[in-house]
Amino acid sequence: MAESLEKRKEARSARWENIARGLYRFRSNRLSMIGLLMLVFILLVAIFAPIIAPYPEDAAGKTRVAARLQPPNEDFAFGTDKIGRDIFSRVVMGTGLALQVGTVIILLATTIGVTIGAVAGYAGGWIDDLLMRVTDIFLTVPALVLAIAISAALGKGIINAMIGISLVWWPGFARLTRSLVLSLREEPFVEAAYGIGAGHMRIIFRHILPNAVSPIIIKMTTDFGFAVLTAAALGFIGLGAQPPTPEWGAMINDGRRYFPDEWWIATFPGLAIWLMVFSWNLIGDGLRDVLDPRSRR
Amino acid sequence: MNIRFYILRRIALVIPTLIGLSILTFSIARIVPGDPVGLAAGPRATEEIKEAFRREFGLDQPLPIQYINYMTGLFRGDWGESLYTRRAVINDLRVYWPATLELTTAAVVIATVLGVPAGVISAMYRNRLPDHVARVLSLFFVSFPSFWLAMIFQTWFARDLGLFPIGKRLPVLVSPPAPTTGLFLIDSLVQLDLETFLISLRHLFIPALVLSFGAFASITRITRASMVEALEKDFVRMERAIGIPYRVIIFKYVLRNALIATITVISLNFGWLMAGAILIETIFDWPGLGLYAVEASLSLDFQPIMGIAILYGVVFSVVNILTDIVYGILDPRIRYG
Repeated sequence: MAESLEKRKEARSARWENIARGLYRFRSNRLSMIGLLMLVFILLVAIFAPIIAPYPEDAAGKTRVAARLQPPNEDFAFGTDKIGRDIFSRVVMGTGLALQVGTVIILLATTIGVTIGAVAGYAGGWIDDLLMRVTDIFLTVPALVLAIAISAALGKGIINAMIGISLVWWPGFARLTRSLVLSLREEPFVEAAYGIGAGHMRIIFRHILPNAVSPIIIKMTTDFGFAVLTAAALGFIGLGAQPPTPEWGAMINDGRRYFPDEWWIATFPGLAIWLMVFSWNLIGDGLRDVLDPRSRR
Repeated sequence: MNIRFYILRRIALVIPTLIGLSILTFSIARIVPGDPVGLAAGPRATEEIKEAFRREFGLDQPLPIQYINYMTGLFRGDWGESLYTRRAVINDLRVYWPATLELTTAAVVIATVLGVPAGVISAMYRNRLPDHVARVLSLFFVSFPSFWLAMIFQTWFARDLGLFPIGKRLPVLVSPPAPTTGLFLIDSLVQLDLETFLISLRHLFIPALVLSFGAFASITRITRASMVEALEKDFVRMERAIGIPYRVIIFKYVLRNALIATITVISLNFGWLMAGAILIETIFDWPGLGLYAVEASLSLDFQPIMGIAILYGVVFSVVNILTDIVYGILDPRIRYG
């Protein structure tokens, strides 16, 4: 008994050592640390948006017709749009929305993808074949095209756009999880768990998946920025968030007609998208190196 | 394995996937909670008019029958018609598709021409300044929303500097070259019409450049990683030992080994950029599939959307098959494996 406790401690400390080493590698990557700082900044903006924004009510569509189409000035740091809403307030208020959209898409896609991939990899045989053929179908068409079709079918709106994007985003996670499960299921500890009578679900969720977590988390991080970009693209096309929602893509679409004479309407939401995506991409880049030392030697 | 058999097998494997895709798009088109018929028939349409609409488009029949009708139509070249314009989808696709193909191909070429050398340089100067610069630049550009960057570039290069045209494939007064492929660059070259060639090249450049940024980062990254891996192979040390110049080793031996992984990524990017073109086309008024797709999706016009999805699926599959064939040529081990 005492011995097994000792062993368990050892295993735990080995896992911690791995994490600590990974953290060290991540920290020593200056670019990723810059990305992390940028993300912390974005999170703070999102949390304190109602305090930071001088006119938080503009996000809900308050109009100020007398002050329409004003260039950036003291009152309106980023200028105003066609009905006099403060662009700065709307960009700030849209930060939380963009983060939520990315989070929902990634979480939904991960849930679907990991489940399908784990079942396919673990079950093997015809179940594996069937699930992977379905995955292939989704991978035959670029994600954006299917996302447009699904979101259009479900109807315009930010919720439907998120559902549409998640429904085309999972195949990457399914493929990744399947390959991880395929190699993990041959490990002795899985055989041991099976030997003492653990059920399939328990083996998958308690024994196999916890060991596959890091690559999945890394893919979630590297995908986050692109999910935000895709949602913004749908908003830009007009399928995503509808007015007056302060969604950055929709705001760019809004400012398009006034570009470039009233350049500020579309420019600032675009820069906001860039900042968000760039920060996630920097972090993802560093995380990828932590996991796969081959990619950066 | 005989190369012809290898190619045939690859093609045969694609067919079930494409049938699956047609079922998928068909299901998407039929789960519509919105009312496409109501939209198309207009707000004042009576129930009888809508009913007539449904009958005309075969929407009153059971779903499996509708699907079978759709599939037999697909093979006969009848891809349905638009609820709005009443034009046959297949004809529309034929008109718009070459513009998108030209734009996407140009973007992939630009991304390859910039990305592969950037990856090679990164690998040669691993973890030194040029490596870091290439890495930051590629992440920097891939993070922009392409449609936004397209607006900015359009303003800078076309409107302010006047270096390039604002949009479209050709000026209104220039008639396009007689269509052989529908790709203006190739058609004008074939007809030795150098002027039209240069004009359409100038129209193509900025949209293709903006589109290419989406692929630059992944191409650079994979080239760098596989170059680094190849550089550490024993044959490199051996070649250096017998005195082959470093440059020759890099370009003749290492790059060829590294290119196999790069080609996969380039072909994947072709599909992604073809989708990204949807956004770029709306900015530059580029008369391709993108504009067509956006209009159709905003008005719930499902025959065109299904047509586009299936066309994308077919093209993407063809690109994948071509990639595998190029593999087989570059690396005989795959062909015979």
